[in-house]
Amino acid sequence: MNRRNFLKGATTLSVGASLLPLAQLLPRAAQAASNETAVVVFGGTINSLDIHRSGTNRASYQVAINCYDRLVSFGTKQTADGSFSYDFSNVQPELAESWEISDDGTVMTFKIRKDATFWDGKPVTAHDVKWSLDRAVSLGGFPTVQMKAGRLESPDQFKAIDDQTFQITLPFPSKLALPDLATPIPIIINSEVAKANATPDDPWATEYLHRNPAGSGAFKVMRWNAGEQLVYERNDNWACGPLPGYQRVMLREVPAQSTRRALIERGSVSASQNIPNKDAKELAEKQGVKVVSTPIENCIYSLCTNLDFEPFKDKRVRQAVAWSIPYEKIFEQAAYGQGVPMWGGADQVTSIAWPQKSPYEQNLEKARALMAQTAYKDGFEVPLSFNLSVADWAEPTALLIQQGLAEIGIKASIEKIPGANWRTIALVEKKLPLHLENFGGWLNTPDYYFFWAYIKGNLFNSYNYDNPEMAKLIDDTLDMAISHPDYAPNVTRMIEIAFDDIPRIPLWQPTLNVAFKEGVEGYEYWFHRQMDIRPLKPA
Amino acid sequence: MSNLAITPSTAPRAQTREGYWHHLRYIMAENPLTGISFGLFFGLIAVAIFGPYLVPFDPVATGVGPALQPPGVSHWFGTDHLGRDVFSRVVVATRLDLLISVSAVTLSFVFGSIIGCFAGYFGGWTDRISGRLMDTIMAFPLFVLAMGIVAAAGNSIENIVYATAIINLPFYARMARAEVSIRRNAGFVQAARLSGNSELRVLFGHIFPNTLPPMMVQISLNMGWAILNAAGLSFIGLGVQPPMPEWGILVAEGANFIISGEWWLVVFPGMALMLAVFTFNLIGDGLRDLVDPQRRT
Amino acid sequence: MSLGVKSKRVLTRLLQAVPTVFGILVVCFILTRALPGDPAAYFAGDMADEASIEQVRENLGLDQPLPIQFVTYVGDLLQGDLGVAISTGQTVTQELAKRLPASLELTLGALLLALTIAVPLGVLAATRPNSWVDHLCRFLVTAGVSLPTFFTGLALLYVFYYLLGWAPPPMGRLDMMFLPPESITGFYTIDSLIAGDWALFKASLAQMALPLITLALFTLAPIARMTRAAMLQTLASDYVRTARAAGLSRRRVLITYAFRNALLPVITTLGMVFSFVLGANVLVEKVFAWPGIGSFAVEALVVSDYAAVQGFVLSMALLFVALNLLIDVTYTLIDPRVGEDS
Repeated sequence: MNRRNFLKGATTLSVGASLLPLAQLLPRAAQAASNETAVVVFGGTINSLDIHRSGTNRASYQVAINCYDRLVSFGTKQTADGSFSYDFSNVQPELAESWEISDDGTVMTFKIRKDATFWDGKPVTAHDVKWSLDRAVSLGGFPTVQMKAGRLESPDQFKAIDDQTFQITLPFPSKLALPDLATPIPIIINSEVAKANATPDDPWATEYLHRNPAGSGAFKVMRWNAGEQLVYERNDNWACGPLPGYQRVMLREVPAQSTRRALIERGSVSASQNIPNKDAKELAEKQGVKVVSTPIENCIYSLCTNLDFEPFKDKRVRQAVAWSIPYEKIFEQAAYGQGVPMWGGADQVTSIAWPQKSPYEQNLEKARALMAQTAYKDGFEVPLSFNLSVADWAEPTALLIQQGLAEIGIKASIEKIPGANWRTIALVEKKLPLHLENFGGWLNTPDYYFFWAYIKGNLFNSYNYDNPEMAKLIDDTLDMAISHPDYAPNVTRMIEIAFDDIPRIPLWQPTLNVAFKEGVEGYEYWFHRQMDIRPLKPA
Repeated sequence: MSNLAITPSTAPRAQTREGYWHHLRYIMAENPLTGISFGLFFGLIAVAIFGPYLVPFDPVATGVGPALQPPGVSHWFGTDHLGRDVFSRVVVATRLDLLISVSAVTLSFVFGSIIGCFAGYFGGWTDRISGRLMDTIMAFPLFVLAMGIVAAAGNSIENIVYATAIINLPFYARMARAEVSIRRNAGFVQAARLSGNSELRVLFGHIFPNTLPPMMVQISLNMGWAILNAAGLSFIGLGVQPPMPEWGILVAEGANFIISGEWWLVVFPGMALMLAVFTFNLIGDGLRDLVDPQRRT
Repeated sequence: MSLGVKSKRVLTRLLQAVPTVFGILVVCFILTRALPGDPAAYFAGDMADEASIEQVRENLGLDQPLPIQFVTYVGDLLQGDLGVAISTGQTVTQELAKRLPASLELTLGALLLALTIAVPLGVLAATRPNSWVDHLCRFLVTAGVSLPTFFTGLALLYVFYYLLGWAPPPMGRLDMMFLPPESITGFYTIDSLIAGDWALFKASLAQMALPLITLALFTLAPIARMTRAAMLQTLASDYVRTARAAGLSRRRVLITYAFRNALLPVITTLGMVFSFVLGANVLVEKVFAWPGIGSFAVEALVVSDYAAVQGFVLSMALLFVALNLLIDVTYTLIDPRVGEDS
């Protein structure tokens, strides 16, 4: 997007006028310390400003978070180490000021805030909400799948009663419906602007919204140079929350990880998003840098054994693998102690907290004994694969697992698979015999995790695990309210099966690490792992 | 364009074998760097052959020492993040790196020479088609083409070798073509033909040997490029698979540790890499002096 | 008819480029289609199921058979449409227009820097062949070309930015607080000079310094070697000997007679050197977060972004063909020997 296009777009601020004086006023050394502007570096690329567009990558989700509002959001809680996190159990109003749920749990009625306006001044109405949610379930691809998780599948379910009242009808009650409305997907778009730029070929204005966001959120996009930077400018009329602390946030793409580290360590930038574990550990000890490491909810780095691979069809072989892994060493050398150990738990499942420790630990005698009972006592060969884009933890992990496996006669050869390939081979075709996987569920309930990872055919069941009892349990539990009497026993049973069958061997729960320059406050962890810049503020 | 690589030598080479040796001694004495580089070269070969038997630790075993230990008495080049011995890894990598560059260069030398010889000797359509083919390859920035080939074919050692061979092919083909076409009708060729030798025999038995000296220069320069090429591919994640030690990948991985102060992870493999490339480049330079009377002073 | 011969030669040379260009098209297409992975699956996102992947595939036109994809591709190309880069969401043409100047500025700057250092070095070495000066020159330039560029780049970064703080943060072409100059050439240094903005010029030069040095170090060797060789050749030639015999000053012989004649072969090798630098550029851009086409291509390659890789490789190749064509044609036009042998 060049400057002219951008001026034509949603924002009315002139780039030249707003940036140029700053350049002359601020000495370079002082720029990052500026109380008005924050500079955030990250390794990805923002490839679209529209989260609904097919092909929009993960890094771009943050535009949906910072520039758009949803009907509801999550509250904030303080974690054990004093940092802040979103609170899954506490759904809060955003564009909706209140809502009611019918007694049978199938009709949700939202009242839209009266004071909320889009950037162009137009009030936000239930019709905008209707158009936006229709768009999310109609465009296909990821947005539609995510909406479906909350049982939101068809435009027929959405109704604008009047300008201020919006109604959703569910086919059956589900505990996931309301939280699903707080994910980055169901954003509310200025439907008038969008419709004005729609064409018969493109009724949902994907081409326009791809470059020109039209929302009501706390920040507008002032400038977007794909592959280089994105500049957010605060929307001073934001109605759905306290005014953000920074006037302007620059998001810079810096591909080399060591360059990013140098930048934050030298104090040239305000924050570095998603830094590797090693940097998190070392930077935490440095002056002038503050590292926030939050365990990622509902996420476990795991070793997966594919049941299509002959030896892994035998449960005892899978268990032997689980007993052979040098967990402790992996946690120390691959995770650098960042995260939560997921091994060495009790034999009995006594809680439904998830993730929780598996009963396995490194015990080579047990592993060898199990192997000796099987047809594979002389061992076998197997490739151990991981995704190249997560090599920073996966490579050391794979090497250490390889040595553990060698102890019980399994000869693993390591295979790095480039990112583009990974999705196809690992998740879609599901043909990697032994691989490292990092799935984490957005909606923080154990049954949601099990749904994606333990039902045959689902995307993150990359190991073709199929167990009718598990499938039935998940099906029964997925929409069940957490307060339901069957909920806890069902989840307990799921965890028991998962640990006994052990197709997915938990290694550790990872952390999301973000480094800040001293004096940047207010950071909050979110399940989507993107930087929510709205609560950030200078000290 | 090909001037960089091709050093056409039109002077008849009537030197005897003794003349060559004499000249070699002369070059060595005149140019100490060439002498040094030959010494380094034999050193590299020795390390590649005997290194794996001599190293103090298993290069792929993790935890032979504490992780990220700076260079010291027990670990001369320090240890990496998995407690592997960097010295052992650097030494053992020599064999693989030389193997990659030798096989890549051999492939491009063999196929390049064949293509070039036919093009230069028979001319006409053979020449035109092979010429355009080589032009097409040359039209891509070489590293970019290698990157594309490895990305498309998958990152294995063989594919790195093939990609390197393909991007170097035109240099040999063009050089062979030039050298063959100027000798196509030379007196000794006519004589060979008249004495009843077949065309192929004339081409490969009589003309081709004459192209070898300039080819040697190209070979040694290319050996260095091949190593750098593999290193560059490793840096963008298209190199050999772990845990195999290879200089490029060691440097690429070590590069992530520069800023955090673990300099030994990048400096030692970097030095080894540089030393090898340096050796081949100097030898190439020296050989050029040896075989090219025009450039000789 | 000397002119007739010349124009005929130029025309032949131009015609020769046609099959090459076609070859490039085919190679580009095959290469990108051979890229592994299913971009549809990749871009459908984390939670995508089979149906949504299929939908993305259809949107991207990847469900068509290969020959049809090729025909569509060539057809689009003729209309100047290179497709949309999935990885950045921009059209490839836009991306190239924005990024090519960045890469060219770096490449040409590095070439210029390398020339100003390597040519005098080469001349110096040639005037004192096999002296310690010659050996030192050889040692230095060979050392430069023997280091992987990403290693040199990171080392420079570590010393000059991280330790000493002399260099600005390695974040692209311009410090964050500056706005790019009005685009005329697309080269920030030149555009800022045209705009008369010295602060901006200094800022863009400061950003360029380290990547420039990294690339130039790598480029010294071929230029210095060629200069030395060409100088040795001309110094041994008859006309230089005659000039010397005629009692002209050493300086004059060196500059007027030897150097000027040695320059021609040096210039013809520049095309080759240019390709060499462009290749090295890919890695340097990654280290310095330089928003050029090289870093763009690497990212695109990793995610199998067909259109982007295709556009990149194609434009690189065409650029290179055009450059060589230009050099060859110029050479034919100015070479006095052409035309005499007709």
